[in-house]
Amino acid sequence: MLEQSILKQLEEICGKDHVTTATADLICYSYDATQRQYRPDVVVHPGSNEEISAIMKLANSARIPVFPRGAGSGFTGGSLPISGGIVLGLSRLDKILEIDEENLVATVEPGVVTEQFQQAVEKVGLFYPPDPASLKVSTLGGNVAECAGGPRCVKYGVTKDYIIGLEIVTPTGDIIKTGGPTMKGVVGYDLTKLICGSEGTLAVITKIIIKLLPKPEAKKTMLVLFDSIDGAAQAVSAIIRGKIIPTTLEFMDGRTLDCVRKATDLQVPAGANAVLIIEVDGDREFLDKQAAKIAAIIKPLGVVETRIAETPEQSEALWQIRRSVSASLRRVNPDKFNEDICVPRSKVPEMIRKIDQISDRYAIPIVNFGHAGDGNIHVNIMIDSKVPGQSEKAEKAIAEVFAGALELGGTMSGEHGVGIMKAPFITMELSDAGIDYMKTIKKALDPNNILNPGKMFPSDRAVAPAQS
Amino acid sequence: MAKLKELSELREQIELCVKCGGCRAHCPAFGADKQEGRVARGKIALADALLKEQVDLEERFLLDMSQCLLCGSCYSQCPNKVHTEEIVAATRREIAKRQGLSTFGKGVATVLKHQGLMNLLAKGGGAFSKLLFKKVPEQSGLRLRFPAPFISSDRTLPPLTSKPFRERHPEVIPGTAGKPTVLFFTGCGINYMYPDSGEALLKALQFLGITVIIPKDQGCCGLPAVSAGASATVEQLANDNLAMLRKHQYDYIVTACASCHSGLTQIYPNMGAEFDTYKEKVRDIFVFLVEQGLPERLAELPKAAQQLRVTYHDPCHLRNHGITKQPRAILKALPQVAYVEMEGAGSCCGLGGTYSVYHYETSKQIGAKKAAHIAQSGASLVATDCPGCIMQLQDSINHAGGQQQAVHILDLLAEALP
Repeated sequence: MLEQSILKQLEEICGKDHVTTATADLICYSYDATQRQYRPDVVVHPGSNEEISAIMKLANSARIPVFPRGAGSGFTGGSLPISGGIVLGLSRLDKILEIDEENLVATVEPGVVTEQFQQAVEKVGLFYPPDPASLKVSTLGGNVAECAGGPRCVKYGVTKDYIIGLEIVTPTGDIIKTGGPTMKGVVGYDLTKLICGSEGTLAVITKIIIKLLPKPEAKKTMLVLFDSIDGAAQAVSAIIRGKIIPTTLEFMDGRTLDCVRKATDLQVPAGANAVLIIEVDGDREFLDKQAAKIAAIIKPLGVVETRIAETPEQSEALWQIRRSVSASLRRVNPDKFNEDICVPRSKVPEMIRKIDQISDRYAIPIVNFGHAGDGNIHVNIMIDSKVPGQSEKAEKAIAEVFAGALELGGTMSGEHGVGIMKAPFITMELSDAGIDYMKTIKKALDPNNILNPGKMFPSDRAVAPAQS
Repeated sequence: MAKLKELSELREQIELCVKCGGCRAHCPAFGADKQEGRVARGKIALADALLKEQVDLEERFLLDMSQCLLCGSCYSQCPNKVHTEEIVAATRREIAKRQGLSTFGKGVATVLKHQGLMNLLAKGGGAFSKLLFKKVPEQSGLRLRFPAPFISSDRTLPPLTSKPFRERHPEVIPGTAGKPTVLFFTGCGINYMYPDSGEALLKALQFLGITVIIPKDQGCCGLPAVSAGASATVEQLANDNLAMLRKHQYDYIVTACASCHSGLTQIYPNMGAEFDTYKEKVRDIFVFLVEQGLPERLAELPKAAQQLRVTYHDPCHLRNHGITKQPRAILKALPQVAYVEMEGAGSCCGLGGTYSVYHYETSKQIGAKKAAHIAQSGASLVATDCPGCIMQLQDSINHAGGQQQAVHILDLLAEALP
């Protein structure tokens, strides 16, 4: 519980209506997509960078942890208030401040929902490519904090590739700018890139400057069914070797297709054991040629069937198979651990085979799909947590999946980040010296460990917890 | 006996929610003020906390639970298909069980249960709204149970008819031999507020030679009582309507109100096996008219010299049951209509039954988006299939200073028929 005087000061900073300690509110800001719950002591909804600055200064003087929160759609607990304190809801900062068509740059506040921003820039013929699966819900501030990815990354890159400047409030309450609206800029350290993907541990983002592209004229979608995951993976390499970089190269493995077959009436032939959804974009007249070239390249690789969409409706129908996966997984088991390893793209079949072996060894269904173009596999470990022992088995399976990815030169997270869910495993990937280097940065910028404490680094190595 | 589920019986539904937050993109109430307690994910967390006795019926809890239009938008987009509208309705019943119905809820329950009272109030005109929407005194503890219920004086309400629709006609209006017989479940909207739409429906059915039964003893479907958490009223209305449905011989039950359609096909079947027999017979009027080949008959009519630009608003209670094509098919086939699709046709209008009485300001914000989309479409008329939506759409258009009219598709259909 926070002292009354602290609450009073928070009310003075943000206004009474934007500070709440009602139990119902504390419950509503206690969770994210990890299904873990930690109640904060207070939820505040600041309306400006000055208010956030004042909150950080107050938090530092009273040693209260602060947890910035966007839409709360993260899979690793990045916004969870694991040690009480203040949840800093950023939904009031939700304005698109400028779309500069001349310089192809936009400036937004962190609470803008990703899809709404994409639609706004597309209305004027521009394009913001990063498209995390949560784009209808997640906010740009959260995307920057976690460095979100998405299917289009294979061609266009991830969030940090589009963020050229930020306005931030530092953990000690200063308001500073990093980078700016120019395409080039090499003055000082690149703090913009440091903040992108720092999971809200180094700064509160209050303004984002985004580089935009011209919107591609059209896109074309193909769905290719293969007799094996090897064929699908070889197809990915062959397409890229053929000097074509598709916008997306999404794959689903055999176990995923089984789920889709059981749960829907979508037509998936019996001989198909892997799927690639390939999308190319660009000038309309080149798309047919590109699609034909891709079809020719992949033909010898165990293709069972190729479907090419001629209209937006047909394209949507092809994507339907991918979209039906999430709901169909529930039929396998009620609870899901959703991991997002990334391996070099040529290693995808080997990784899938490793995961299948882990699945068999622990007798837990594991279903894989994801972004084949960049080797990012969404590993869905399906359990029924009510069955005794299943959660423990899943934990062990997860550790083996991470170890398998690292053996192949991969990483334990391509786009979800570390948060609290992967913190216990971080030493598998980073060396002690590497972790110390990062923690030195954290300690220098946040000496009292006020901002989003307990995230990313394993708890036994964490900076001493803040007193609240 | 009809029996609604207790909140504790919905535990499995509650546990299905994985807190992904997908509902944030589709909830009209959340869209208006971005508070987590407004959205399905938050309400499910609160219902869960109530069952686990982690939260009391504090003011904030009641406010969040009242901030739901029961539109089902979250359900239709939820990857796990969690029935939040059922969870919220059951939580409201739990609240009523623990601390009694709100004053407004009591008013709803009293009026809906007594058809004679409804008739009397309707005939009394303004008396209806005065009694129902009376402001609760500031000092009353009842006010805390739900936010103060009152009807804003700047709200557009349709006039109540002095002669309800069901009193205007005999119980059976014979059609042509060999054609089906339908029972017309009029609902309160058409009976008391929009009887002309009922007349239009009769004209359309008679055009097709259909025999129509309009039982005098039918009551409200109960949806407003579901919204208010008045379980005994819902159960009584369901039983009375079941008794009425047993008395007649017919092939179909038609509705011309999205809410009634939802009551008969979604709420009642959860209350007892016998309702399933009737569920099979229920048809939204436009689904029925399409099945009967009306679009083809309309195509034979000469095209009007001057065409009206008309758009369509999807009532939540039809859209969420997959009924989106048939109303459009009828509209597009009308000889005097030039159909235009508007952006956001499938988003909620903001009425949500009793929601707009409790939360008129939020309801207006939601309605304002709709009014803007109607204006952008360039249509002069917005047609729909739900009296409640018509009322809300017209109110929203008037607040936006628009000139468009909100009408029932049936009104346009009646104009076109010879």
